This record gives sequence, structure tokens and C-alpha cells, in this order.
Amino acid sequence: MEKLIEQFSFGLFFWQLLLFGILVYFLKKFAWKPILTAVQEREDSINNALLSAEKARIEMQNLQADNERILKEARSERDAMLKEAREIKDKMISDSKEEAQKQASKLIEQAKHTIENEKQAAIVELKNQVAELSINIAEKVLKDELSSKEKQLKVIDDMLKDMKLN
Amino acid sequence: MNNIKLIKLSAILLLMFNVSLNAKEVETNQKEEHAASGDLKTEIKEYINHHLLDSHDFSLYSYTTDSGEHKYVGAPLPVILWDNGLVVFSSSKLHHGESVAEVNGNFYKLYHGKIYKTDAAGTINYDDKHHTINEKPFDISITKNVVFIILVSLLMIVVFGRMAKSYNSNQAPKGISKFLEPIILYIRDDIAIPNIGKKHYQKYMSYLLSIFFFIWIINLLGLTPLGVNVTNNIAVTFALALLTYLITFFSGTKDYWKHIFWMPGVPTPMKVILAPIELLGTFIKPFSLMIRLYANITAGHIVLMSIIGLMFVFKSWIGSSLSFGLAFALALLELLVAALQAYIFTMLSALYFGMAVEEHDEHH
Repeated sequence: MEKLIEQFSFGLFFWQLLLFGILVYFLKKFAWKPILTAVQEREDSINNALLSAEKARIEMQNLQADNERILKEARSERDAMLKEAREIKDKMISDSKEEAQKQASKLIEQAKHTIENEKQAAIVELKNQVAELSINIAEKVLKDELSSKEKQLKVIDDMLKDMKLN
Repeated sequence: MNNIKLIKLSAILLLMFNVSLNAKEVETNQKEEHAASGDLKTEIKEYINHHLLDSHDFSLYSYTTDSGEHKYVGAPLPVILWDNGLVVFSSSKLHHGESVAEVNGNFYKLYHGKIYKTDAAGTINYDDKHHTINEKPFDISITKNVVFIILVSLLMIVVFGRMAKSYNSNQAPKGISKFLEPIILYIRDDIAIPNIGKKHYQKYMSYLLSIFFFIWIINLLGLTPLGVNVTNNIAVTFALALLTYLITFFSGTKDYWKHIFWMPGVPTPMKVILAPIELLGTFIKPFSLMIRLYANITAGHIVLMSIIGLMFVFKSWIGSSLSFGLAFALALLELLVAALQAYIFTMLSALYFGMAVEEHDEHH
């Protein structure tokens, strides 16, 4: 301890204090401040960049999810539309088939009806003609039968014979 | 990877150079004065002591001519004294204590690294305890250590100034910044912020960074062959510890002083007992900083140089190579100690600042 005190050099102490003080002052001004500020700034900018990258990533994810959703929606919409179209087509086809059937059967019915009518008319006419013909024939036969007196008398006789029988 | 290898290699080369040059120094010293003193061990011890001391000139080595005259290779430095007025003269006048310098009718003599006022013949008077009783003028000379402090300061300003400038042009660290930036960030994130707190750490950063790099660089350069050991001077470590103490003192909050003089939460008699202990503690903390740095560096140098000295004591092939290996390993250890002491000094300073600005929200 005594040696230490004896060795203590005030001059060196004085210079060390002074020079170190000056050193700290200059370093603070020309080195530490700019260095620490630059480092801080860089750290901040890196943090910001990382943050914004993260944000962009999330946004991208959202966007992708959105896209997917939209795509899905579009797909299902398309499917629905196709289905609807198919249904309409089917319905149209069946409708028209039915209509045609109806129309056809109606026509057939009408035709049948007409045919029936025509048939009736023809039968009536035929009947009339047959009647007329038979009247004519009967007339002629009668005329022929009843042309002479004996014949007329014979007829009356026959008839009377029949009556007797009856 | 290659860079790291290169750094390692150059560090090893530097160390080897260091050891060998130191060895040469001892060798020359030993050769020149072996005949005169005859005692090698004393010679080595004196050499080590001399190495540890500050000196008034910047001499790289010395030798003795055939005529017995000491020759020093190096540069003289200005001697500045306050002796009823400012006295400035070149240290070459003192001739390393071998002659008396006469300035303005006063005589000064260098004796054991100190300048004393003497008579024309340069007599040094002692009291009965062998203490010199000559008048000591106030000595604020630019000594070897002061020159070295200036050089290191300039080096730091240049290196860190350039580093700061390199951030203007591009954001990513380049060149030396790549190496220094992680250290600066380490001091900020692992020393300053945990110890002082996020709120207050910024105003102490300049001091912490400066003190860390100053101690580290000056310790490292002290290990190089031409380097001068500065931190083994108690005056230097005292100055650094004093700064830490003063900063702690002035940044102490009301709370901090209250916890020292009137500890809340303990009975009154305890408060009375605790106050002087706590007060003493505030002095002991920086005092321990001072002693720790001084003792570590001094011890390291003494041991390292003693082992190098052993090479010349052994004078045998095995012993010398053994002590060379030991010295080499120890030099590597000293590299670690250089950084470690800087780290401890910075860390503890930060801790003390943290205590001073700490905000107690609950009473304990």
C-alpha cells in the first residue's frame, strides 16, 4: 500500500483524467452518437421491414383465401346454372312430348269422330237408298203383280188365304 | 472464415514477436550489466520493476558502449513542472537520472522515476527510514504513459470516427465496423440495458463504450513489444475509477441517497448503523474497480516477464524451452485478461450507474 501511494503519480492522474475526458467528448460527438443512431435506425428499419413483410404475407393470405372463395362461389354458381339449364331442357322436352301426344290423340279423336259421323251418314244414306230402291222394286213388283185383274184377284185370294190361316 | 484464421495467425505471430523481443531486451540488459552486477536474478527483477514503471522519456531499449556509457534509443519527452511557476524542459537534460538538469538556476534530478529538486551536485538526502526528503516539485510531465494515452485516444477517434462515417453511405456494417459493431451492440444490449434499464441507459452509453474500448485497446497494446503498459499505473486506474464514482455520485436519485443514509424499512437503530456502512460502500465500489484493474494487469506482466526471465536463469535447453512454452501460454491468457478486465470494469460501472438511477417502486 505504501509503495502504491509512493508510486502514485499525480501528473499521470491529471493527464489521464484530462485526456480521457477529451476522448469521451470527441468519441461521443464523432463516433458513439452517429454509430448508435445509425444502428438504431437500421434496427428500426429492419423491424419495420419485417413487420410490413408479415403484414403483406397476411394480406396475401387473405387475398388468396378470397380468391379461393370467389372461385369456389363461381364454380358452384356455374354448377347451379348448368343444373338449372339441364332441368329446363328436360322439362321442355317432356312438355313438348306431352303436348304432341295430346295434340296427336286429339287429332285421332277428331278423326275417329268424323269417321263415325261419316259412317253414320253413309249408313243413313245407304238405308235411304236401300229403302228407296226397295220401294221402287216393290212398286215395280206391285205394278207387275197387279197389272191384270186375275192377278189382283189372286193376290186378294192369297191374302185371304193367309188370313184364314191366321 | 478465412478472415478469422488470418486474425488468429497474426495474433499468434505478434505474440511470438512480442515474447522474443522482450526476451532480447532482457538479454541485452543481461549481457550489458552481467559483468557489473554479477547477479542475474536481481537484474531481471530490476528490469521487470523498471518495465512496470512510467518514465520521463520514450526509450525503446538501452545498451552500454565499450567505454561504459549508457546509450538509450528513443525520444526524449517534455518535462513540465510547477515549481513557483511553470518549468518546461526536455527530459534529455535529465539523462535518465544520470545527471542533474539545471533550469532557471534550479537543479532537478530524476531518482527512482521521480523528479526531485537538488543542489548542483545532485545530492539526494534521506531520513532515517530511507525516505527521500528532497523537495518534490509538482510534476505534470508528458511521460511515456501520457504519450501512449494520447496515441491510443487518437487511434480510437480515428477508428471509431471512420466507423461512424461508414454508416452514412450504407446501412450494413463494412470493414472494421463488422468487427466492432457486435461489440458495441453487446455493450448496449448485455451490459448497459440489463444493468441500467431501458429508460436511462442512453446517457451512459458514451462513457461505457469509451471506457471499455480504452481499457481493452490499451491493455492489448500494452502486450505488444513496443507497447507501454499504462493500466498498471495506480494513477490511471484511479482516474478511471474516480470518473465512475463521480458519474454515480451525480446521477444518484433522491431514492438512491435515501437508501444510503436512511434505509427505509428497517428499525431506526439499524438505520444509524447502516448509514456509515452504506456510505463506505459507495467508496469501496470504485476503489475495488481501481485495485482490480491495476492488480490484474500488473500481476500479469510481472508473471509473464518473470517466466521470460527464467529462460536466462535456466540456461538449459529443456528449462528454457519449457518456460518459453509457459510464457507463450501466459501471453495468450493475458490477451484474454485484457478483454476481461475491460469487460469487468465496464460491467461494474454500468451496475453502479444502474443502482444510482434505479427506481424503487416498493419499500423493502
